[in-house]
Amino acid sequence: MSVSHDLAANVNRAALALPGVQQHPKELMPRRMTFAERLYLPLLSGLMVTIKHFFLNIFRIRPRVTIQYPEERRSYSHRYRGHHILTTRPDGSVRCVACFLCATNCPAECIHIEAAEHPDVNIEKYPVVYEIDMLRCVFCGYCVDACPEEAIIMSNNYDMAFFSRSQSIVGKADLMKPFTFDPAKLGYRPYYPEEDAQHAAMRRQAVDLVAAAKAKAAGDRAVAGG
Amino acid sequence: MLLEEPALLARFPAGSVVPQEGPDAPADQPTWVVRREVLLDLCRALRDDPQGRYDLLLDVCGADYPDRDERFEAVYHLYSVPTANRLRLKVPLTESDPKLPSVISVWKGADWFEREAYDMYGFVFEGHPNLRRLLTHEGFQGHPLRKDYDPARRWILTEDKIYRPVLRAPADRPESMFERMTINIGPSHPAMHGTFRFVAMVDGEEIVASEVEIGYLHRCMEKMSETHTWQQVIPYTDRLNYCSSFLNNVAYCRTVEKLLGIEAPPRAVWARTILSEFSRIMDHCVANGSTLVDTGALTNFWYFFQPREEIYGLLEAVCGARLTVSACRIGGLLADLPPDFVQRCERLLEFIPPLIDDVEKLVDKNRIWMDRSVGIAAISGEEAVNWSWTGPCLRASGVAYDVRRAHPYDLYDTVDWEVPVLHGGDVYDRFRLRMLEIRQSLRIIRQLIERGVPAGPFVVDDPHVALPPKDACYNQMESMIYHFKLIMDGIRVPAGETYLMTEGANGELGFYVVSDGSGKPYRLHVRAPCLPIFSTFPTLMRGHSVSDAIATLGGLNVIAGELER
Repeated sequence: MSVSHDLAANVNRAALALPGVQQHPKELMPRRMTFAERLYLPLLSGLMVTIKHFFLNIFRIRPRVTIQYPEERRSYSHRYRGHHILTTRPDGSVRCVACFLCATNCPAECIHIEAAEHPDVNIEKYPVVYEIDMLRCVFCGYCVDACPEEAIIMSNNYDMAFFSRSQSIVGKADLMKPFTFDPAKLGYRPYYPEEDAQHAAMRRQAVDLVAAAKAKAAGDRAVAGG
Repeated sequence: MLLEEPALLARFPAGSVVPQEGPDAPADQPTWVVRREVLLDLCRALRDDPQGRYDLLLDVCGADYPDRDERFEAVYHLYSVPTANRLRLKVPLTESDPKLPSVISVWKGADWFEREAYDMYGFVFEGHPNLRRLLTHEGFQGHPLRKDYDPARRWILTEDKIYRPVLRAPADRPESMFERMTINIGPSHPAMHGTFRFVAMVDGEEIVASEVEIGYLHRCMEKMSETHTWQQVIPYTDRLNYCSSFLNNVAYCRTVEKLLGIEAPPRAVWARTILSEFSRIMDHCVANGSTLVDTGALTNFWYFFQPREEIYGLLEAVCGARLTVSACRIGGLLADLPPDFVQRCERLLEFIPPLIDDVEKLVDKNRIWMDRSVGIAAISGEEAVNWSWTGPCLRASGVAYDVRRAHPYDLYDTVDWEVPVLHGGDVYDRFRLRMLEIRQSLRIIRQLIERGVPAGPFVVDDPHVALPPKDACYNQMESMIYHFKLIMDGIRVPAGETYLMTEGANGELGFYVVSDGSGKPYRLHVRAPCLPIFSTFPTLMRGHSVSDAIATLGGLNVIAGELER
């Protein structure tokens, strides 16, 4: 048979032992303990590790990894896929034209839209009801990908606990509310590379500032100590 | 290509084993259509033939084509570790008589694969010692992956139908002074790391017989995929092995890209390789961390979780989610890499190694840990292959099979790295091997970072596959039409079938997909690496204590999401 199959073509022959030579091992060769290990001696080096971590943490030589939630919050990138936002037109009306692309593209089938005719003939349709079931939503961002109007985007708000299942279904009014034009609260949305460059510059600046402050503090300590 | 073929096929009656040839034959690997009468003999011959040596049964699954006379197909994927040959066997079956012999006597790993095929399609594997439902409830009626099974069907499943294992001690085992007791751990038990149920008969401390029950997290992923577009399946794959969801994304997208005959652009491939390796590190951290925490070493867990936390930060910067990333798209990535991607990776490369070193210093030569792990749940390489093991667990038993090395994909053949192999096959070596692999992954990442980000697009420039950029979609009619077509109809994947594997975090993660040319998968099957590994658990645990069982489980890295799909 001369058919060449693509998986066969992509074989790293060099990595294989010669056919007929390699046998799968039948015998097991478990690790044997050395004399020092029998005497539990390497435990001491382990103890040194925990002692090192203990002092690094207690004197705050290293920043602590715990975050005092909810007072302190982890900062997320501007791509974070959090609570959805329905964007608005300048006049405050919803931008969505009820084309159902988001509902079609949703792998979790959590978007419910009821469309009606828009009074403005240029706009055609608008959603009377636009609901997202937050308990079904998997926050994959497919609705944002699908939207041809930039009418649905995501915020970086991750905190959306409810007391009942009925509260988990979020309607149009609530989806429009979080949109406060605060760019720091935006999450996953259509991607424009220049925006990311801006954020990166800002972050670099912030890192530089922290580094400068740290260097200054270290210098001050050295002066005080000297 | 297959040397043994003429000699081997001549042993069987004409027409009983027919290699598929011609333009309709699957292009990915040789496919033989086998009559069920000769299946068992053929399988034994394929395993034992000195030139065949198909020692690893990768997968058994079913497929349903209601238009055909013989409606069902049982599909076997075989692999030969020494020769790297792959072979697919298809056994056509009729609806009225879906019986075929069980190959469990050839490959023990067939146990759960066959049970799954029985559950999903109703194939009756004659000679299987324990042919029960695997993933669905005992009270479930019908076979859900058959095409005529309505996905909206609901069943009332009650507890009185639930399976109660009856364990029997081996007959040759003498009575001891202890009363034999059956204990049940799970499904909701913190030590099981997921919803598994483990029922063990203990004689004193020693397990004499045990059984595991799974299926508590079955979410019909394969059935759901058949009703959603190709692109919509990506979020479902996140939930397979949720400790390293990026690896699943890559595995799935590569399979569909192969069917489409496209390749992701270099920038996407570069980022995929790096993020895959970071995900692997993360997954190994969880597996090793939970192994240690189960044996009482809590500190390591915190050291392991810091790298994991930081890697999640990197993934979040790339795609906006930490755990279920959905970061790949068919043909590339979901968005371009953030501008500080390289700096972030460099920081991680500095941050991770000291913590890994710390864990090694704590436990590597620690006799307390060694007493709990050396020689526990040991399995030889030969046995492990027979049980269809792959991945780190197999390499810890001395078999150097790594998909990244045997079938290089992405950028793995352009970087310098090694496949670590250990020969203990026990809990200790599985732990050690993962530590070695973390270092190799770091090595791969370091080399790729040094190369720099390749220029170019992050997703293929093909309007039939990738959504057009948003500004084009807003401003150009043509892009808008493509955008609508892609979302309403999905990507039109040419008809055909393929199996493609990648090295997942716990073994060979394969996707077997069949397309009928429409926008949705006709059949999608996941070759979950931990399914055969977990099916070995009762055998592994014989003669060990219950605390050993808990120590073993973390090291096998059984992830319920992937196990039960």
